[in-house]
Amino acid sequence: MKNLPTNPMRRMWHRIPEQVRHLLVPCVIILGGAFVARHFFVPADFNLYGHYRASSVVENAEREIKFAGSEACSDCHDAEAAVKKTGYHQGVSCEACHGPEAAHTQDPEKVKPYVPRARSHCLLCHEYQPSRPTGFPQIVAESHNPVKPCITCHKPHDPKPPQVPKGCEACHAKIQRTISVSRHANLQCTVCHETDKQHSVLPRQYPPKKPQTREFCGGCHGQDAKADKDIPRVNMNTHGEKHLCWECHYPHMPEAH
Amino acid sequence: MKRRDGDGVNRERRGFCKFLLLGAISLVVPGEALGAANAKPAAPGWYGTTYKPTEHLYGMGIKVDRCIGCGRCVDACKKENNVPDEPFFFRTWVERYVIDEDGEITVDSPNGGRDGFKGPVSEKRVLKSFFVPKICNQCEKPPCVQVCPVGATYKTQDGVILVDSSWCIGCRYCIQACPYGARFLHPKTKTAEKCTFCYHRIVKGLTPACVEVCPTQARVFGELGKIASPLSRFRRMNKIAVLKPHLNTEPKVFYADLDMEVR
Repeated sequence: MKNLPTNPMRRMWHRIPEQVRHLLVPCVIILGGAFVARHFFVPADFNLYGHYRASSVVENAEREIKFAGSEACSDCHDAEAAVKKTGYHQGVSCEACHGPEAAHTQDPEKVKPYVPRARSHCLLCHEYQPSRPTGFPQIVAESHNPVKPCITCHKPHDPKPPQVPKGCEACHAKIQRTISVSRHANLQCTVCHETDKQHSVLPRQYPPKKPQTREFCGGCHGQDAKADKDIPRVNMNTHGEKHLCWECHYPHMPEAH
Repeated sequence: MKRRDGDGVNRERRGFCKFLLLGAISLVVPGEALGAANAKPAAPGWYGTTYKPTEHLYGMGIKVDRCIGCGRCVDACKKENNVPDEPFFFRTWVERYVIDEDGEITVDSPNGGRDGFKGPVSEKRVLKSFFVPKICNQCEKPPCVQVCPVGATYKTQDGVILVDSSWCIGCRYCIQACPYGARFLHPKTKTAEKCTFCYHRIVKGLTPACVEVCPTQARVFGELGKIASPLSRFRRMNKIAVLKPHLNTEPKVFYADLDMEVR
């Protein structure tokens, strides 16, 4: 404690134990260095909204738009839009088939829209696929007018079939396949489903009816039914008790348990 | 200990170091303080002027029973966002689930579903089968953001998880952290990439490209915070589930008619 400097600041510094002093110096250098480095390396807008560069949001938002949106299409193509509005494809956006057309909206003369004409394009949606939801119109390409382009019969903007679908399988392909290998294969759909004629034109507005009671099935399968002898019979009073028939038997595949 | 060289100039090293350090600090500290006080959003173009991110909170609804597996969303996403063409880079993709009678589950997604799906996948009798579109879930508590060491991926004020590709160091940690497999490393830029809900479209009032082209309206896009939005109606009218709810990521992509087997 001899030789203490006269300057009060220096005196305080020397009061700190020597080992701590020696540690303090590199600590200050490292912290100060980090502070200086931060100034040069971290962008000014880094912590503005959160732990990220604020201008990155702008960069993300300023990327190029490729799909113009169907509103932009109907601004010029109002005839097509009017046709499409009432057809089956009313919910299908223009660019779902025509591809990204923002460039076409910028310069309609130079950039012409893509027009898919190949059969394979329509089959992306309409080829039979057991995983597709039931009721979605599907065809089997091998048997449905093979090789012929779809657009010769169906106008893509209003794809009404040239004649109203004859059978139910045009849309209800999955059910058709199930029932065709079952005991009910020879039954017309309309035996059980009372269906308005308009259903094939406006399917959702005119839904087909379904049987509601056990007695409906009993009409063929009850003991006193006047149906063919070979049809299996049950006693409607004891068989199944309070259950509805289709709670155990799937009507489109009745032998399955 | 003073050291004088022959020319008599004081070259004390310690003094020099102190001078350098204090000088640098005194230059930087007032600058930082001033900068922090004046910091305003760097607002080129639309941002901060007409569009107010704090007034929006985006989400998506996916109705599984409507998806026909046509893959137009995958195609549109790749074209809109310049996603590499190779069959393993996707911002959105469609999976086909086939559950056969024994309860065995087969999931496939050839080229992400971009070219459609061909043929049956199971020899056995199929109990049920359906398509599930997948996309970044834009989690409210995103694990990918939590693990990013440099702040290159973040949640915006309107709830979208974005990537700052000029800041990303390509460490792939976020790809590991995402429980939904929604991220990939861009083969050219070597930075992480993911679905942005087409951020460049939604801030201008357009829908994301996948929603725009979906022919059956299986995808619904809208505001979460507003009652009068297509998404709010979607959530009201359907029984809703999210993917992997037990992970507590709070996804903002809501599925209707989702089967238990979907992961």
